[in-house]
Amino acid sequence: MAASITTPPLVDIQNLSKSFGQGDGRVDALKHIDLQVYAGQVVGLLGPSGSGKSTLLNVIGCILEPSSGRVALDGQVVYDGRWLQKDLRRLRLDRIGFIFQFHNLLPFLNVLENVAVVLEIAGAGTGPARQRALELLQYLQVEHRREVMPSSLSGGEAQRVAIARALANRPRIILADEPTAALDSERAGVVMDLLRKVAAEQGAAVLVVTHDEKIFDRFDQMFYLRDGMLADIDGPHTRSKDVAERR
Amino acid sequence: MNLALRDIRHNLGRFVLTCLGLSLLLGLVLSMIGIYRGLVEEALSLSRTPRADLWVVEAGKRGPFAESSRIPGDTREVIASLSRVAAAGSLTYQSVEALRSGGKLRLYVVGYEPGRPGGPENVTAGRTMGRSHYEMLADVKSGLVLGEQVRLGRNVFTVVGLTRDQVSSGGDPVAYLMLQDAQRLQFELEPPVARREAERGAPPATTDVVNAVVARVAPGTAPGQLVEAVGRWKHLTALSQSAQEDVLTKSVVDKSRRQIGLFTVILLAVSSVIIALILYTMTMDKVREIATLKLIGAPDATIIGLIIQEAVAMAVIGFSLGALLINLAKDFFPRRVILLPGDGLALAVVVLVLCVLASGMGVRLALKIEPAVALGG
Repeated sequence: MAASITTPPLVDIQNLSKSFGQGDGRVDALKHIDLQVYAGQVVGLLGPSGSGKSTLLNVIGCILEPSSGRVALDGQVVYDGRWLQKDLRRLRLDRIGFIFQFHNLLPFLNVLENVAVVLEIAGAGTGPARQRALELLQYLQVEHRREVMPSSLSGGEAQRVAIARALANRPRIILADEPTAALDSERAGVVMDLLRKVAAEQGAAVLVVTHDEKIFDRFDQMFYLRDGMLADIDGPHTRSKDVAERR
Repeated sequence: MNLALRDIRHNLGRFVLTCLGLSLLLGLVLSMIGIYRGLVEEALSLSRTPRADLWVVEAGKRGPFAESSRIPGDTREVIASLSRVAAAGSLTYQSVEALRSGGKLRLYVVGYEPGRPGGPENVTAGRTMGRSHYEMLADVKSGLVLGEQVRLGRNVFTVVGLTRDQVSSGGDPVAYLMLQDAQRLQFELEPPVARREAERGAPPATTDVVNAVVARVAPGTAPGQLVEAVGRWKHLTALSQSAQEDVLTKSVVDKSRRQIGLFTVILLAVSSVIIALILYTMTMDKVREIATLKLIGAPDATIIGLIIQEAVAMAVIGFSLGALLINLAKDFFPRRVILLPGDGLALAVVVLVLCVLASGMGVRLALKIEPAVALGG
């Protein structure tokens, strides 16, 4: 889905920098990054190891404090030289969904509980949480595996459950760290299609960190991160140009 | 959703094994407390059997358990004649080793006068002592059975009754004999020794000696008054029952008591370190899961709850299993193990507190885990 020009970006990063260490040992992991991701958009973030992809993801996920710049999520400025939100945990819980390379499902909870736990943490009662979790599993077509423990799931199934968990609290922003790295081409395509479906149907902004060339054609826009600097890739991989054109 | 319960269920085998290990450790702590109580109880049981108010022993001695004491056999009549004394009895105490079934049997022989203070109140099997010589009441821990004959000194004694929980402070089962039999066993010289003594002109050795006289005072009389009265006689010393018990616990078994007490404290300290390490390791094993929980927005309380609930579950299960184990095994110990409900409850509380405190290491680790760990960064 193409992003609407009139809506503000769900992820709006301006002039963001992040350094580690001081003096001669100082490392500039991110340098003056500007990035906007809109509702309904699936954006890829590429780059070699050590280029700052994970650092950027951690900053957007409110896990890592930037050194300078401005970060706004879902229309709310959360960082502007300092954190402006007191409860970053609650912000993550309500607004951001995370998807991991190895799904990171909790091994001691079954599939249904893995999804419901996020809702219960957010304060939902057991009944409503299970009901919503069941709906999500149906939506992602893994409902038949609801009583199974994560160790019994295939890679593709586990990643679908992880997506269901990420969607549990209806977040507007979904951050995915190498979600297809452990999957073959077919399953990787299915996962990316699901993310595109989520973005389109739920109006979420999806940012995917990846090295996986086989999914490049699934992105609306791709950015390349090298030495802490971001470059927009305006090439054949970019499916939708309208956002880039607007920029 | 209870995460601790789910985690325990997921790693049930490992959790059960951990609890089993902890239960053995806590069972050991509980048994040490039981042995400690047993030691004190055994030391006191012998002094409590006569249900005496007053102990009269040799002057300047704190006998008959802490020091040797010999007083003339007629002391009982002297004490009994005091106006505020209701009853008095003579007693002898002696450790002996007898041969039985090719092995050695250690007994603590008490000589007493049936019908007077000093003997056991009840027997658990057989009958009490009559007026005949060469009869014996033995504690069941001796392994002797009714009708069995045992040679002590120059005479053979027949077991006519069995008692329970009658042991010396050293743990030897008590055998009760008639006073005169016990006196001969303790004081009568072997014939060659007696002949040698006679040839060198020594007066014949008397066996009319006892180690102590116990007395019960008349109702309304304070034992202290009689202690003072007897103390005026230069050849005797009197101790009240409480003074006698003090001598036993603070002198006779004091070192053993302190040794066991210290060992119990060390065991508790070792248990706390082990519990802390177990909980720390359990938390270490869950670093990625904890990071994931943090990343998806779980509050610290959820993480702390997970660790502390597991610690409490481990404490409760470990202690319960340990208590059950030691209750089943206590009768196989060679000496008495007394498990008092109060001690068990106190240990349960201590273990619970220790587990919660020990989980502090795990909680500290958990709180330091960065959510970014879940992302592999």
